[in-house]
Amino acid sequence: MPKTLFEKVWDAHSVRRLANGQTQLLVGTHLIHEVTSPQAFGMMRDLGLKVAMPHRTFATVDHIVPTDQVSEPYADPLADAMIKELRRSCAEFGITFFDRSTGKQGIVHIVGPEQGITQPGTTIACGDSHTSTHGAFGAIAFGIGTTQIRDVLATQTMALGRLKVRRVEVNGRLRPGVYAKDVILHIICSLGVNGGTGYAYEYAGEVFDRFSMEERMTVCNMSIEGGARAGYVNPDETTFAYLKGRPYSPKGAAWDAAVARWRAVASDAGCAYDDVVRIDAADIAPTVTWGINPGQGIPITGIVPDPAKAATVDERSSIEEALAYMKLLPGAPIKGTKIDVAFLGSCTNGRLSDFQEVARYLKGRRVAPGIKAIAVPGSQGVGLLCEELGIDKVFRDAGFEWRNAGCSMCLAMNPDKLVGDQLCASSSNRNFKGRQGSPTGRTILMSPIMVAAAAVTGSVADAREVFGVNAN
Amino acid sequence: MALEKITRVAGRAVNVPGNDIDTDRIIPARFMKCVTFDGLGEYLFYDMRRNADGSEKAHPLNEQRHKGASILLSGVNFGCGSSREHAPQALQKYGIRAVIAEGFAEIFLGNSTTLGMPCVAAGREDIARIAAAVDRDPGTEVVIDLVGSRATFAGQSIPVSIRESARDALVKGMWDPIGELIEGAGAAGRVASGLPYMSA
Repeated sequence: MPKTLFEKVWDAHSVRRLANGQTQLLVGTHLIHEVTSPQAFGMMRDLGLKVAMPHRTFATVDHIVPTDQVSEPYADPLADAMIKELRRSCAEFGITFFDRSTGKQGIVHIVGPEQGITQPGTTIACGDSHTSTHGAFGAIAFGIGTTQIRDVLATQTMALGRLKVRRVEVNGRLRPGVYAKDVILHIICSLGVNGGTGYAYEYAGEVFDRFSMEERMTVCNMSIEGGARAGYVNPDETTFAYLKGRPYSPKGAAWDAAVARWRAVASDAGCAYDDVVRIDAADIAPTVTWGINPGQGIPITGIVPDPAKAATVDERSSIEEALAYMKLLPGAPIKGTKIDVAFLGSCTNGRLSDFQEVARYLKGRRVAPGIKAIAVPGSQGVGLLCEELGIDKVFRDAGFEWRNAGCSMCLAMNPDKLVGDQLCASSSNRNFKGRQGSPTGRTILMSPIMVAAAAVTGSVADAREVFGVNAN
Repeated sequence: MALEKITRVAGRAVNVPGNDIDTDRIIPARFMKCVTFDGLGEYLFYDMRRNADGSEKAHPLNEQRHKGASILLSGVNFGCGSSREHAPQALQKYGIRAVIAEGFAEIFLGNSTTLGMPCVAAGREDIARIAAAVDRDPGTEVVIDLVGSRATFAGQSIPVSIRESARDALVKGMWDPIGELIEGAGAAGRVASGLPYMSA
C-alpha cells in the first residue's frame, strides 16, 4: 500500500506502543541548545541517568549569545552561566558541542543542515519549536519540552502520538518579488494559527519542487506558527546536491546507499492524505503582518483590517486587541508605516541566500536616517561565507550593523532588544506581544528583501517598487 | 517511578480571558535565562501583570480575591508558540494545577501533561459559566473529574474533554513516561541498529 514519507519514517522509528496508546518513538538525531537543556541535564543527574547514545546528540549555543561581543565572560552573568553550564554538561555526558571556538556555532536549525547532520528519512527532536525547519530535508522533526529532552538523552526515545498528514500543495509560479517567506506567511494566514493542530504538513507542488533547500527550510521553519508540529518536503535531487560533501554526510559507497534509501523514503504516488490543500502561487503577494500573531497578515498593498467589519465576535476582539497593541489604525494602508528598527536574521531567514539576495539590491543604497538596522548571520559558517563573498561589506556600507551569529532579536534573550514601543521590520518568525525584548515592542514580519526595503525607506515598503525586484 | 494518580483536580479558579495566549506571554523569554525552573512562578504572565517599572497592572492574577487559585481558565489555542517547558513550569510553580480552556496548542498540551498538569477543553459558554460563578464568589470550588469528563462548580456541572492518551497517563499515574521509556531501551537499541545513519 502506498505510504506518505511521514508514515514510512514513523514506522521505521517506532519502538513500541506505550500503555496510554502513544508510541515510543526512536529519535535518530537530537539537537540541543543552552536555554531548554540545562534543567534536563539536572534531571539526568538527579536520577543518576546516563546519556543512552551520546553520539546522536549535538549541541550549540544560540539564544543567549551576544552578537556584538565574542569574548567571555559575557556582560550578562546569567547568559555567561548558561553557556558555561552547557559546556560542562556536554563534557560530562560526552556530547559534541559546536562551541564558538569550533567555528561551527550558530542557530541550531542552521547548524544541523550546514553540517550535514540533518538527513532525509530521519527523526529529529530539539527543545525548540522551530525544529520543524529540518523537515525541509524529508526528516520528521519536531520541538519538544525540557522533560522530553531528558527522555531523549536518557533513552534516545520519546512518547508521542501519531500525527495526521495534510498535503499543502503550491502550484504555478510565484510572482516577481514573492519569496519563500511570503509563501509560508500566506499559508498561515489561509489556514490559521491553529489550523495545523494534530497535523504534520507535507509541502509539495511545483513551487516546492523548484525551491532551493534554503527556501524549503524557511517554509518548514514556520510550520509551528500554523499550529503544525512538523512540516516536511519530500527529498529530491535538490536535497541530495545540498547534502553532498557536508561534514556529516555519508561518503563513498555509503553515500550511494544513503541516496537510494532517501529516494525510497519520499511519499509514494497515490498515497492517502488526511487532508489536502491547494494554493495557487499566483495568489501569493509579498506579505506583511499587522497584528500580534503570524496569521494576522496582509499583502503589502493591503489595508489594516477594521474590527467593525469582522465576521465574528472573536475576530473582532482579536483585531481590536492587535491594533491597540500595534498602534495601527483600521483601514490605513500598511505600506508607509514608520519603522524604528530593521532586523535581518533568525532561523527563518538567516542563511546565505537570504543575505545574498538582499545584497544584490542593497548595493549603493543607504539605511534611512534614524533607523537601526542589524544583520545577523545564522551561523559562523554563514557569516564567513558572506564575508568571503563581500556581502558583509554591502551591508556595512549601507549602514547595517553586521553582527556575529545567534538568534539575536528574534526573541531577544541576548542584548539585542527593542526599546519601548519601537516598531521592527523583522525577517523572524513571531510577532507576539513583547517578543523582541520590550514588553511594548512591536514586530512586523516580512521577507528579508522587504526588511531591506523598510530599512532604506524608513517605513514598511514594497520591495518591488523600492528595488525593482524582479526575482523568481 | 510511583507517580500520583491524577483523577480529579479541585480548587479555586481564575479566569485569564483571551484567545491565542502564547508562551511568550505566559513567560517572556528574558526570564528564561536560568538553569533551573525554580522561581519561574514569580514571572508568570509578567508583562500582562506588570508595567515596565514593576508596578502592577489590572490583571486577574493580581487581584487579592483570586490569590491561591489553582485552576486557570482561558480561551482558544492557549499556549501557542514556543516549545518552552518554562511556560507550563511557570504556571505550575505559581500554583496552577490544571487549565480549562477552549483549546490548547499541541506542544504546550504535551509538556503540561508530562508535568502532571491536566489541560482540559470545554465550550466557551461553559467556561463563561465557571468564570461568572468565580466572579460572584471567588471562593467557589471547581472540581475537574478527569474520569467522568465533567467539571462541577456552584451546583452546576459542565462537560470537559481531554485527549485520551493524556487522560490515560494522568489517571494511571504514568504521566511522566521516563520509567516506561527506560523499559523499552533494549527494543530501542534494536530499532536503532537497523538504521544505518544511527550507527555511523
